[in-house]
Amino acid sequence: MNLLLAAVAILVAGGVVALWRDRGGPVAAVAGCVVGLAGAGRVLWTGATVSLRLPWNVPFGSFYVEADALSAFFLLPIFGLSALAAIYGGEYLAPWRGKKSLGAAWFFFNLLVASMAMVVLARNGVLFLVGWEVMALASFFLVTFEDERDDVRAAGWTYLVATHLGTAFLLAMFVLLGRENGSLDFDRFTAGKAGLVFVLALIGFGTKAGFWPLHVWLPEAHPAAPSHVSALMSGVMIKTGIYGLLRVLTVLGSPPVSWGWVLVGVGLSSGILGVIFALAQHDLKRLLAYHSVENIGIIALGMGVGLLGLSAGLPVLAALGFAGALLHVINHALFKGLLFLGAGAVLHATGTRDIEHLGGLLKKMPATAVTFLVGAIAISGLPPLNGFISEFLIYLGAFKGGVSASAAIAVPLLAVITGLALIGGLAAACFAKAFGVVFLGEPRSDHAAHAHEAGPAMRGPMLLLASGCAAIGLLSPLTLGVLTPVVSVLTPADALWEAARPLTIISGAGIVVLVLIGVVALVRRRLLAGRPVGETVTWDCGYAAPTARMQYTGSSFAQPLTELFRPLLGTRKKFTPPTGYFPAPTTFATDTPDVSRERVYRPAFGLVEAGLSRLRWLQHGNVQLYVLYIALTLLVLLVWKLS
Amino acid sequence: MMAFVHLLLALVLAPLLLGVINRAKALFAGRNGQPLLQLYYDLAKLLRKGAVYSRTTSGVFRAGPIAGLAAVVAALAIVPFAGTGAPVSFAGDLVLFAYLFGLMRFFTVIAALDTGSAFEGMGASREVQFAALAEPVLFLALAALARQAGSLSLTGILGAVTPAGPAWALVAVALLVVLLAENARIPVDDPNTHLELTMIHEVMVLDHGGPDFAFILYGAALKLWVLGALLVGVVLPGENILLSLVAMLALAVAVGVIESTMARLRLLRVPQLLVGAGALAALALILVMR
Repeated sequence: MNLLLAAVAILVAGGVVALWRDRGGPVAAVAGCVVGLAGAGRVLWTGATVSLRLPWNVPFGSFYVEADALSAFFLLPIFGLSALAAIYGGEYLAPWRGKKSLGAAWFFFNLLVASMAMVVLARNGVLFLVGWEVMALASFFLVTFEDERDDVRAAGWTYLVATHLGTAFLLAMFVLLGRENGSLDFDRFTAGKAGLVFVLALIGFGTKAGFWPLHVWLPEAHPAAPSHVSALMSGVMIKTGIYGLLRVLTVLGSPPVSWGWVLVGVGLSSGILGVIFALAQHDLKRLLAYHSVENIGIIALGMGVGLLGLSAGLPVLAALGFAGALLHVINHALFKGLLFLGAGAVLHATGTRDIEHLGGLLKKMPATAVTFLVGAIAISGLPPLNGFISEFLIYLGAFKGGVSASAAIAVPLLAVITGLALIGGLAAACFAKAFGVVFLGEPRSDHAAHAHEAGPAMRGPMLLLASGCAAIGLLSPLTLGVLTPVVSVLTPADALWEAARPLTIISGAGIVVLVLIGVVALVRRRLLAGRPVGETVTWDCGYAAPTARMQYTGSSFAQPLTELFRPLLGTRKKFTPPTGYFPAPTTFATDTPDVSRERVYRPAFGLVEAGLSRLRWLQHGNVQLYVLYIALTLLVLLVWKLS
Repeated sequence: MMAFVHLLLALVLAPLLLGVINRAKALFAGRNGQPLLQLYYDLAKLLRKGAVYSRTTSGVFRAGPIAGLAAVVAALAIVPFAGTGAPVSFAGDLVLFAYLFGLMRFFTVIAALDTGSAFEGMGASREVQFAALAEPVLFLALAALARQAGSLSLTGILGAVTPAGPAWALVAVALLVVLLAENARIPVDDPNTHLELTMIHEVMVLDHGGPDFAFILYGAALKLWVLGALLVGVVLPGENILLSLVAMLALAVAVGVIESTMARLRLLRVPQLLVGAGALAALALILVMR
């Protein structure tokens, strides 16, 4: 516990120091994270839950913190990815030195990391909400780092509104829990009014996690933030929503079947819609943000499988589902952190996030390209990398229940299987597009043609994250040792070792595939040795002057799929067709606004605004009138109190 | 032991399937057709050649055929043949089976995009679309069989298939559609087309030559064998290895017949075919759920 609290203290102190000397920010962040990782590692290693309870002079509040296996597990990506993001950010933010206050940026960065750690450590409702709110505000100020840009400010406001809507539900949830149990300390919570608490937690935490249709802020805020912050927000901050939901589930007792159905439904809609919307994007970071929605959906599917297992009394199913969901939390932190850092390196080198202006970057920035490719394979859930391992655990749980359980359990599980298969295929399509259009082929613009590789401080974290993806993929049985105590917080995990035994063969198969690749590559090398190997242009049906503009674009690559899902996407097209015998330049542009933002939030906020604008006559800007309001309010309160 | 015999048989005989398909098509067209062993000749010739690469391409282009071949060989080790178990079998191996094909496809697609050619981009774009729709069909069909067999490994599932009943027939049809789509055969893709604009798989590998192209052709033949072995295992379960081999050749003839008697579907219709196959597999699942 001391190590963990020391880490938080180092982070906060370092943040304050950064206000004077901004170079101290990343150093303190790395130091705090390393100390924190040691603390979290010790909790997981010894398996002992450590806690600390101090009185706190706040109504219903107490400074009650505790690190059990579940908290320590979430601390791993929080501290791990934050340290790497801090190293990366030191170089990434350098061009802004002298133009922007980097000290403030590092202050909020360190505060964000510290508050995320507090959120998973807090065991008191008030303390938790304070941490939650600091986290929301710190990330808001980080998102609006480039606040001179209109789109960034708009994204910041969307985020601020969305996160507070979520917090409102959490507030209601804690008030309800406190009223039922007479205390806001987590260890006093019982399963009273479980159904209502579950719904409030699902909406409140789901807003942070990015469940469809509560995800509206993700595709706005993630692209707007500096890339190392996007990596942190997408890789770990949204996972605090998952953590909160899991923590609440631990106090709610045995769940009814319907909760499992709900989470499977949430997972399917987030997963499938997330990836479909990702396909339609041509802003690289926005595309990645929608993939966060997709991966949160996969995590929700795992939790759904776990809940179905709990409610049906099938411990194997429950253990596999939760293990898959938890491992996917770590995996997503690794590969999404990696991909956002890669996208940041591309943005840093070319100045654009629009994939239609990129291309051919592999030759200019090989390290970024190779690590991005590793991330792309991992996030598509393909063997032999880590994404496949966590999805396999969820698949295995779903299949185990799907082939034996009664229809009420089997039907949602089979939906999980079908949904995961569809999500996997679409994600692979989307990352073939993202990687292929950005890094392969010929440069589509001058920006891309004059790109340069990122510096060592940016390459290092990407390389580490890529090796993490490979390590979990190839050594997956070792993860079970970490996962078992964490899963046992949620459900008896004795069956996990036995049930997850195939992981040994899966990782073995991954190594076999790599060896086979090596063998075939050697054969090819032997065959081509001493033979003529020529170079020429790409076959283009005999055009005399091929140009980079004749390449397939990202939009055209995704067009068959976006056309197929058009009823869901609502893509707007702007097309000026060529006319006349000698057509002048024509234009074609597509734009896919978020459907839930357009159809749900905008009308809802429109109604609220219309309602509130009726009260506008109260507001004159006349100070005397406002003094009158205050006096009247005081009078009313006095009368009410006296009567 | 027998499991490894299948591995060897597949590695040796897979190119023969394409010879049989082409012979069957030639017979329908009233031609003599190419020799049965044509693909072996092609492979031998390609492996003796040098290579020409586009200046646009990078290492990804060279890695594509290698990774594809490695993935399909790994998948071969999971699929059982003629009632004998696969060399590798474990609970949930069907997931690895399907995802190895996903890995193969991913590398083929990015190798195609590496050329910067509009044609290859077009093929890649269609490939990922159809694959994304074919994958759930495969999973639904395998889930129906798994529920019937109460097993989670391909060896266990194919060992417990009872070749009768409406669910079985529906699964077989769905798997046949998956086989045709995944192997780029008519009615989804036409391997013999001469126009780049209408191709899917062929156009993706347009720029490959020499040993690289040999790996691609051999990998494609192995993929046809692997998915064929799965379908034969469902339709004709049994331990007679000779019978199963004959069934594989019969499947190749059947594919040839389908290609001779059907036209390729319009690209817009292909998703309907795949979703239709998915509906059949889902129906099978409902039938076994009772």
